[in-house]
Amino acid sequence: MATVTPSESRKKVNRIGLESKEYRGGKTTLCAGCGHNAISERIIGACYEMGVDPTMVVKLSGIGCSSKSPAYFLGESHGFNTVHGRMPSVGTGALLANQKLIALGVSGDGDTGAIGVGQFVHLMRRNLPIIYIIEDNGCYGLTKGQFSPTADLGSTKKTGVVNDLPPIDTCALAVELGATFVARSFSGDKKQLLAILKAALSHRGTAMIDVLSPCVTFNDHEGSTKSYSYAKDHDDPLEDISFVPFFEDISVDYEAGTTQAVSMHDGSTLYLTKLEEDYDPLDKLQALRVLTETRRRGEFATGLIYVEPDRDDFLTMLNIVDEPLADLSEDRVRPPKAALDEIVESLR
Amino acid sequence: MAPSEIAHQDPPVATPTKRIVNDFSIQIATVNGSGSQTANLVLLRSIFGMGVPVSGKNMFPSNIAGLPTWFTIRANKDGYIARKAGIDLLVAMNAETAREDVLSLDSGASVVYDQPLKLDTLRNDLVFYPVPFDELVAGICKDAKLRRLVRNMIYDGVLANLLDINRSQMEKALSKQLGAKPKAVELNKGALDAGFKFADENLEKRDGMTIEQMDAVSGLVLVEGNTAAALGAMMAGVTVVTWYPITPSSSLCETLIEYLKKYRIDKETGKATFAVVQAEDEIAALGMAIGAGWAGARSMTSTSGPGISLMGEFAGLGYYAEVPAVIFDVQRVGPSTGLPTRTAQGDVLTTAFLSHGDTRHLMLFPASVGECYSMAIEAFDLAERFQTPIFVMSDLDLGMNTWMSKAFEYPDKPLDRGKVLTKETLERIGKFGRYRDVDGDGITYRSRPGDGMPASFCRGSGHNEWAQYSERPEDYEKNIDRLARKFETARNWMPAPVVEINRKASIGVIAFGTTHWAIVECRDQLLAEADMQTSYYRVCSYPFRAALASFIERYERVYVVEQNRDAQMLSLIKLDMPVELMRRLRSVLHYSGLPIDARTITDSILLQEGYRVEKTGAEVPRKRSAGVGGE
Repeated sequence: MATVTPSESRKKVNRIGLESKEYRGGKTTLCAGCGHNAISERIIGACYEMGVDPTMVVKLSGIGCSSKSPAYFLGESHGFNTVHGRMPSVGTGALLANQKLIALGVSGDGDTGAIGVGQFVHLMRRNLPIIYIIEDNGCYGLTKGQFSPTADLGSTKKTGVVNDLPPIDTCALAVELGATFVARSFSGDKKQLLAILKAALSHRGTAMIDVLSPCVTFNDHEGSTKSYSYAKDHDDPLEDISFVPFFEDISVDYEAGTTQAVSMHDGSTLYLTKLEEDYDPLDKLQALRVLTETRRRGEFATGLIYVEPDRDDFLTMLNIVDEPLADLSEDRVRPPKAALDEIVESLR
Repeated sequence: MAPSEIAHQDPPVATPTKRIVNDFSIQIATVNGSGSQTANLVLLRSIFGMGVPVSGKNMFPSNIAGLPTWFTIRANKDGYIARKAGIDLLVAMNAETAREDVLSLDSGASVVYDQPLKLDTLRNDLVFYPVPFDELVAGICKDAKLRRLVRNMIYDGVLANLLDINRSQMEKALSKQLGAKPKAVELNKGALDAGFKFADENLEKRDGMTIEQMDAVSGLVLVEGNTAAALGAMMAGVTVVTWYPITPSSSLCETLIEYLKKYRIDKETGKATFAVVQAEDEIAALGMAIGAGWAGARSMTSTSGPGISLMGEFAGLGYYAEVPAVIFDVQRVGPSTGLPTRTAQGDVLTTAFLSHGDTRHLMLFPASVGECYSMAIEAFDLAERFQTPIFVMSDLDLGMNTWMSKAFEYPDKPLDRGKVLTKETLERIGKFGRYRDVDGDGITYRSRPGDGMPASFCRGSGHNEWAQYSERPEDYEKNIDRLARKFETARNWMPAPVVEINRKASIGVIAFGTTHWAIVECRDQLLAEADMQTSYYRVCSYPFRAALASFIERYERVYVVEQNRDAQMLSLIKLDMPVELMRRLRSVLHYSGLPIDARTITDSILLQEGYRVEKTGAEVPRKRSAGVGGE
């Protein structure tokens, strides 16, 4: 009888030699069953599978339940839990200081859609290389369940109060503002969210991901359009995404309509398989139409909604030296005496 | 410029004919956007070029074009360059304000004016010099469209004649202002000549004012405070500049951008060793500076009062999470939108405590353009040494006006990056705690993303020494007490005050920022008019040095002079003093939006010291009768 000795079983490591557990963080303090916990697990999975160096990741967040989650993944990475709605500016500053960092921002629908909507707008415009995740539960969990701006018209709170303002569709807004990677998923859709996160890690520019993440305590009840039951009944995936990182050297040839090859900045290729709707993520008008139409049907378009791989990201446009500005030595940042003398002479 | 109270005029007064050499104020009243700034700066530089100490103060409206503007040049052989309330020579070019401008003059002043305005009918106790500007400009400028641009230069020519200003100095100043444009220089030179010629042939000099060559400004340069601060920031090695425009701060970052583009491009690659972002608002501007500071870059922003209000939340985050950033506050009149183009020192209290909870910030108070430069450099070192936001408290008068200064010196200290965690330190301390005080000075070590050292979590929420989220009472208290200890450590690292102890002094005077220039003159006035000896303590930073209490302890009465309504600096000082010293503090306040003048301070101190002060129109200092005196 063949036996397998446990001690001989090989440890599974990724391409940089790290195990999955080295991507974990602290113990979650979020409610049991919270969608945000699943998202954290996907982030861990995506970073592990993509061989991301945790020491180069910066985890950023605003304020809210979602914003607490960075403590629960990538414990070896620096994190900055900032202030409500203003994480984009802090993330921008961090990347200006060190453009080699891999920025991962976690926000919530209130953090982004209410107080943060101004900074969100400008972040989308700038195309800063950051993965920006909105953990969207349509309510303010940490302050006990007030409506957020993404709460749908007609949805009700636990107390029975009805929301009577139209929602902000962060994906449509992002597309309109010029974001170069816009996706939506659902915290319970393990396969799709993982694929989107991996694609986001390869995108050089802002990767905005709206993840519906039902709040088990304040929003997961009959009448909420972001509850588990509602989302499962109305989920409308756009396409099957199989992400193929270039270093794994696998190519997939998928028949059934045309296959759209989209080149990412790090040289890898994203393949989209078209379903019967013939969806093209490179078409901005189509993206907006699909978002509007699905919305009208009370559905959520999920998947990679829009992508523009060729636009220069914000940091490239600034034409900074290759070394991080934070690391430049004194002789590179303090001009010589001759420069000062020249300036003083010009003032005489 | 206020509506005149000098309605009643005495019968004809003989204008003084004694010579007044290098001691008067010239005010040019024009319309903004009319090109008068060039003529004014040429005039300023000409006088400076003759070796005479000068200051130039611009009073401009919050507008782009078409509203009244006044430029005041003070020439003073003794180096008194603070604003003087009285104007000795008015150049009236703006029909809209001309009447009021003339009515507000003291008796005996001179007026150069556009002839058609017929200002000489308004009063009979002034010296009038009518000049037909339109006629003259038509004579030297064929192109009617260009006349607007050179018309003002004519009064420079007139003044050169009336005040004996050296023509070659004036031409040199003109070349400096318009150097790169030979056609403009030629046209303007024609205007100068026309003005001079007209005055020479038509105007009878009936006052005693004259400029004489002297040698008081050798080696000095003329520069604005914002330019000096920008230069200091660049020499400090700033790498991330994130800003939002606001009067009177914009020119600081705009000038810095020009300097950076010229002197901080990597020769080999042609790439920048800096990043500049014009943020969407002041909140984002400081947020970016904090993000950059957290990631290890020397970062800054610049703003004014309204921006400071907006930056409150991030300032508190910077304080509590201990992230460095440099913020320049070029103060203007508040509250709210206030007077965007007038000066004040009204952000002292707000900034000291900026944010909710127990927050306290480091502040620097430059009084000269030289200090705008040197304190800018110091600010970056202090921000990183103390891992906290630091505020450089300039003001509109300093930032946007032209001041004399010694040439700026090359920094003699290397950049101080503060307590950054290294392998050696890690070995010494054992385990890394981002907020763990291992040296006893309240300052902890920090690691930065990507530096290969252990990571930590930065947060504005309560934390323990290991940067973990904590709600424990003992963790919170220990941390916030350490922050207070860190602030105490900063006391002796901040720039020292400038103190003059006069052994014969009966009172002390405390001031900061641009008030300094009026204090210098005031102390001489007190001595001359009331034989009152004073000691002077100029505050350069917050937290205050221990020397401040010692200074106050010497005198029964100490006057804190400042440019705000609520005695903000006095209040801040009080918080640090025991009751016995608190009660010795008295206020001298000025908050009209115009730069403070010596006479205001002198009269206030005299009054509070029990003297009777006569309010006269004339700016001639006279011995006041000693009233009760002392207490």
